[in-house]
Amino acid sequence: MQARTGPSHAPLLVAAAIAVTVLALIPSLVDLYQTELLIYGLTFAIAALGFNLLLGYTGLLSFGHSAYFGTGAYTVAFIMRDLSIHSMELCILGGVLATLAISALFGYVCVRHTRIFFSILALALSQVLWSLAFKFFWVTGGTDGIRVPRNQITLLAGLLDFTGSGSYQRFVYAYYYYVLVLFVIAVVVMWVIVHSPFGKALQAIRDNETRASFVGVPVRRYRWIAFVISGCFTGLAGALWAPLNGLTTPDILYWPFSGEIVFMTVLGGFRTFTGPIVGAIAFNYLKVYAVAGSPYWQLVLGGVLIVW
Amino acid sequence: MPLLQTIELKRYFGETRAVDNVSLSIEEGEFVSLVGPNGAGKTSFINVISGLLRPESGKILFAGEDITEASVTERVRAGIARSFQLVNVFDDLSAFDNVALAIFSREGKTAHLGSLAHLDHKVIGETDAVLAQFGLTAKRDGSARDLAQGERKLLDVALAYALKPKLLFLDEPTSGVSTRDKGQIMDTIASVVRREGITAVIVEHDMDVVFKYSDRIVVMAQGAVLAQGTPEEIRNNEQVAMILLGTSGPDAFTRKD
Repeated sequence: MQARTGPSHAPLLVAAAIAVTVLALIPSLVDLYQTELLIYGLTFAIAALGFNLLLGYTGLLSFGHSAYFGTGAYTVAFIMRDLSIHSMELCILGGVLATLAISALFGYVCVRHTRIFFSILALALSQVLWSLAFKFFWVTGGTDGIRVPRNQITLLAGLLDFTGSGSYQRFVYAYYYYVLVLFVIAVVVMWVIVHSPFGKALQAIRDNETRASFVGVPVRRYRWIAFVISGCFTGLAGALWAPLNGLTTPDILYWPFSGEIVFMTVLGGFRTFTGPIVGAIAFNYLKVYAVAGSPYWQLVLGGVLIVW
Repeated sequence: MPLLQTIELKRYFGETRAVDNVSLSIEEGEFVSLVGPNGAGKTSFINVISGLLRPESGKILFAGEDITEASVTERVRAGIARSFQLVNVFDDLSAFDNVALAIFSREGKTAHLGSLAHLDHKVIGETDAVLAQFGLTAKRDGSARDLAQGERKLLDVALAYALKPKLLFLDEPTSGVSTRDKGQIMDTIASVVRREGITAVIVEHDMDVVFKYSDRIVVMAQGAVLAQGTPEEIRNNEQVAMILLGTSGPDAFTRKD
C-alpha cells in the first residue's frame, strides 16, 4: 500500500529492530548445538531469499538452485585447499564471483524459456555441475567431497582465528554473529531491490510479460539480471555454509537439494518478502528433528507442506 | 513527412488475409479512426505496427525510420504505445504501481535497483496526476484486478498514455463498457490526447463515437483499406455504409432509436 507521501517506515523498522535484537540474543539463551542449528537456518534463509527473487517476484520457478549454492560452497573449498587462503572474506568474495559467472552463463540459457521449460532447463544445468563434481574426483574428491577445516578459517581479515583449546565453541559463537551480520545485509539489500523501480518491473513481468514489454521493459534481459542476483545470493549462502559444515559434497549440487530450497520458500510463502526467511529457518529445524525422530522423515516433511 | 507510414504491409494467417497490402500514412497530430466489420484486420494492423506480430512483407516507417524489424521495446522507446482490446494490465499490482511503472520505464529508471520506488517524488507526483486525469484517484491503492470493467479499460489506456508516446493506438477503448459510461470514457481519452498533441489511432465500432472525435476515418475490409476520408466524406460514402451497416441511403448512419 502506497501512502500519498510515501509509506511510513516506522513500524517496519521497529519490527526489524526487534527481530535483529532477538536473533542477537539467542546464543546467550540457548546451547551451542542450537546456536549452530540457527546458523544453518540463517544461511538457508539467504539462499531462499535469493531464490524467491525469481519465484515470488519474477514468476520463474528454478529447480536448479543447488547449482549456485554448490558453486559458492565448492569455490570456498577450492580456495582454502588449493590457494591456501584462509581469510573468510576472500573466500566469500571468490565464492560469490564464481557464482556470478556460473549464474550469468546458466541464466542466459534458461531465461530464453519460461514456465516448466525454464524449470527443467535450470534443473538440467544444475545436474551438469553435479556430475562434474561427482566424476572429476581427483579435483573435487568425488563423493568424499572436500574438507573445509574450520580451525584454519580466519574471520575479519585475520582478526579472529580458531586454533587451540575451545576453538570449536569460539568458532560457533563468532561465526553466528558473522553470518547474522551478512544475513542482515542480505535482507536489506534484497528489500531495496524488490522495492526499487527494477523490482517493480520484475513484478510486472511476473504479472503480464506481454504488457511489460509494451510499457518498454526489456523482459528477457531483466529476467536474466534477476537470475544472476538470485544466483549470487544463493552462492553467498553456499559460501557461508561450507566452513560451518566442514565439508562440501556433491549432495549440495544434486537436485533434491534444489527441491529443499523450493520447499523452504513455499513453506514460508513465496508471496511475501519474509516468507522464505521464516520458511528456511523453520525447514531447517523440521528436517533436523524429522530426520532424528523418524526414518520416514521425507513423508513427515511432505505432510507438513500439505497441512500447511 | 508523415509520422507513420506503412508500405505494402502484409500479414496472412494461412489463407486469411489479415493485413493485405496496406499502404497508409498517419500525419502528426491526427486523430484517426479505424473502422470495419469484425475480421477486417484492424487489430492485426495495430499488432503488426506495435510489434506483436511480424509482417510477412512490407515496411513500417516511423518518423522516417524503418522499424519493420524493431523489437516491441524498441518501438516503445521510439514513441509508439498501445492499449488492448481485452484489458491487459498488471492485475496483481495497484493502479498506482501500474501507471508508475510506465513512467519509470519512460524515464529510463526501471534498471535502477538501488533506489526505492516509493521515494521518487517526481514519479509519484506524475503518477497521481495521470490517475486523476483518468478519474482513477479513488482506486489508486487497490489492486488492478478489483477495478470495475470500465476502470480497467481506462487503466489500460492510462498505461499507454503515461509513456507519453508520439503515436498512441487504442484498440476498442470502450468495448465491454456500458453505453452510459462510453461517452465519458471517450471524452476523457479525447481531451487528454488532444491536450498533449498525441497522434492517436483508434479502433472503434460505435459510429457515433467515430464521427464525433475523428479527423480522418479509415475503413478496412478483408485486410485492405477500402476507403478513407473525413467524417463527412465517410458518412456520405454509400459503399462504406453497405459494408458497415448492410444498408445505404442518406440517413444510414443516423440512429433510429
